[in-house]
Amino acid sequence: MSHDDFQRHEASIFTPAFFALLLLTLIGFFLVAMRFVKGIGAVSNMSDGYPWGIWITYDVATGTAIACGGYAMAILVYIRNQMSYHPMIRSAVLTSLFGYGLAGFSVMVDVGRPWNAYNFFIPSKWQVNSAMFEVALCVMAYTTVLLIEFLPALLTRLEEADSRSLRRLADRLHRRIGVAPDRLMTRIEWARAGAAWLRPRLDKVLIFIIVLGITLPTMHQSSLGSLLLIASTKLHPLWHTGFLPLLFLINCVYIGYSICILESVLSSYAFKRPFETRELTGLAAIIPWVTVIWLSVVVGDLLWRGQLGKVFAFDFYAGFFLLEIGLVAGGAFILFSRANRASVRWLFVSAAMIVLGGALYRFNVYLIGFNPGDGWRYFPSLAEFLITVGIIAFEILCYKVLVKVLPVLPRLHGRDHAPPAAPPLTQPH
Amino acid sequence: MARPTRRGFLVGLAAGSAALVTAGSVFSGDPPAAAGDDRDELGMLYDATRCVGCKACMAACKRVNGDYGALAFERAPFDPDGLWDAPQDLSGSTRTLIKLFKQSESEWSYVKYSCMHCRKPSCVSVCPVSAMTRDPKTGIVDYSKDTCIGCRYCQVACAFNIPRFQWDSAAPQIVKCDLCKHTHLEKTGVTACAGACPVGAITFGRRHDLLAEARRRLAEKPGSYLGHIYGEHEVGGTNHLYLAAMPFNKLGLPQLPAEPPAEFSEKIQHTIYKGFVAPVALYGALCWLALRNLKKQPHGDGSRAPGDREEDRHEP
Repeated sequence: MSHDDFQRHEASIFTPAFFALLLLTLIGFFLVAMRFVKGIGAVSNMSDGYPWGIWITYDVATGTAIACGGYAMAILVYIRNQMSYHPMIRSAVLTSLFGYGLAGFSVMVDVGRPWNAYNFFIPSKWQVNSAMFEVALCVMAYTTVLLIEFLPALLTRLEEADSRSLRRLADRLHRRIGVAPDRLMTRIEWARAGAAWLRPRLDKVLIFIIVLGITLPTMHQSSLGSLLLIASTKLHPLWHTGFLPLLFLINCVYIGYSICILESVLSSYAFKRPFETRELTGLAAIIPWVTVIWLSVVVGDLLWRGQLGKVFAFDFYAGFFLLEIGLVAGGAFILFSRANRASVRWLFVSAAMIVLGGALYRFNVYLIGFNPGDGWRYFPSLAEFLITVGIIAFEILCYKVLVKVLPVLPRLHGRDHAPPAAPPLTQPH
Repeated sequence: MARPTRRGFLVGLAAGSAALVTAGSVFSGDPPAAAGDDRDELGMLYDATRCVGCKACMAACKRVNGDYGALAFERAPFDPDGLWDAPQDLSGSTRTLIKLFKQSESEWSYVKYSCMHCRKPSCVSVCPVSAMTRDPKTGIVDYSKDTCIGCRYCQVACAFNIPRFQWDSAAPQIVKCDLCKHTHLEKTGVTACAGACPVGAITFGRRHDLLAEARRRLAEKPGSYLGHIYGEHEVGGTNHLYLAAMPFNKLGLPQLPAEPPAEFSEKIQHTIYKGFVAPVALYGALCWLALRNLKKQPHGDGSRAPGDREEDRHEP
């Protein structure tokens, strides 16, 4: 938990990308407002046959898996004791925080009667048979845990900030509205002292919060699979199995590691920082084994249930099943090669394939393999799609701003990260 | 400084786990919803061979439950003045519906759709906030809009696609038959649809009696019916029963196994969360591992020397 592993990215916040993302965010939020005035039907193509559309399938079921980077990295660092990955954890936690926070936001857009959500906190209303109940409580708890896990970054910043811009802002305000400079300074000093007091104390107990942050996703990621257990008559037999919770759990782990690779490569590229090849190579060595476990469970379960023949029906469902399996297995196959694991390009390609395949698995379970009966069709409407896009844009926007405001990205140590052709290390120390 | 804090936290953790395990007894001790005795459970028997398709039941249902269930008239494209109620399917405004299935010019059958009032209802099993409930005595599956969060999991779960959602409302409700529990049943002792049926196609009564009546009809006129009472065994049995002369799956009543889907999903959920032991054990084991790992670290859990930081950090 050394805080010196991280640094702020020194660059301008107001880039062209910032404004593009802002525009998408505003469009999305306008449509969200429309949904609250005119009802869900006014913006979405969901129906009584397909009551869950892309908001649940992407924003919640898939988005939280993509936000499992923090979970996967925490397992690696704190449970498997690979401290060399510690520098990567804060950006992973931040993206997890956004992923989960916005999944929570999407749920509030998606549910019809959000004002009744307080019932989750009333024990007499608890319905422990419901996987949804478990998911809801765990996701709320985990978002809080992520906030606490991220708190050190904020506290460090508070402690070290020189608050020049705040003072400049205070100076620019009219005397009547603005705070007197000396009073402002006392307030800033208070915040600084508070942060300095809290941070070491938080450090002592942070590990228990972090472990909670590993326990909770284990629970709710498996429960995201359990959600569809009930749909035994609607979900295609290629996907409906008692192993859904286990498959969703393993699925989020390999998506988590792969997304860490993608994020690292993308942010190195976007922020013009050297690639973290050594760490990525190590991460990439884990992924194929996790996917092998997952693929074995998938195929073994199909054999056990006697449904393997459905794969060779070569119909609509078999096509999507094969695509999902092919993407995951293909990505894993690339990563089995030591040379590929040392190449940023192959790392990126394989991680992208695995994330896509893993995400497609969740789409298959929630939407594509879901058939409520004859006569029902679903394809997201433009507005529905734009709301999801707006939420994703908002997520990226906040990430881009926060890494420039808070110490999130791994600290650059001289030159030792720079050469991309560094010898591959499977177990770096 | 470090030790007392951590020890204090560990003590608190132990107390917390104990509390969780106690709370776990709440989690494991839920009685199965399906009752063994069907003598008290209320239901309806719909006999498709008697139905004449007059839709008096549909009109009665909307008249009686319109205000309580926030049901609106559904306009037809030819009727801009909204003189007619023209629902095409069950919907956020329609709890029951008559449809005509035509196999050929001489072979056809009416069919009535409404909630099946399952004995082990999926919707009740999945509702996260107990907005869907099953009355343990009457077996009526009821919905409370004051609790519902509108997540529509009941719609995903229902094998009959019965619960409907008010997609065009800013304060949408789930709409489904509750056997007029709060309206007509309270006042008159029968459901509005059964009371309105002019030909006795809808019989309201106790499940036990309805089954006996259905068997009597099957025995009396075996040639007029398929020899199957739909709902007797489907998904663990339903309190809304059907007799018909046409294959039920052609009438839009799906072929379903006798095992309730809710039993399958609850079995798995209960295995994982039995007494909340597994999550607590997982947390404990992970804490132990993480603490052991931290002790191995050269810097423990503290920061590096403060000097390191100052030389690294330069504000521009």
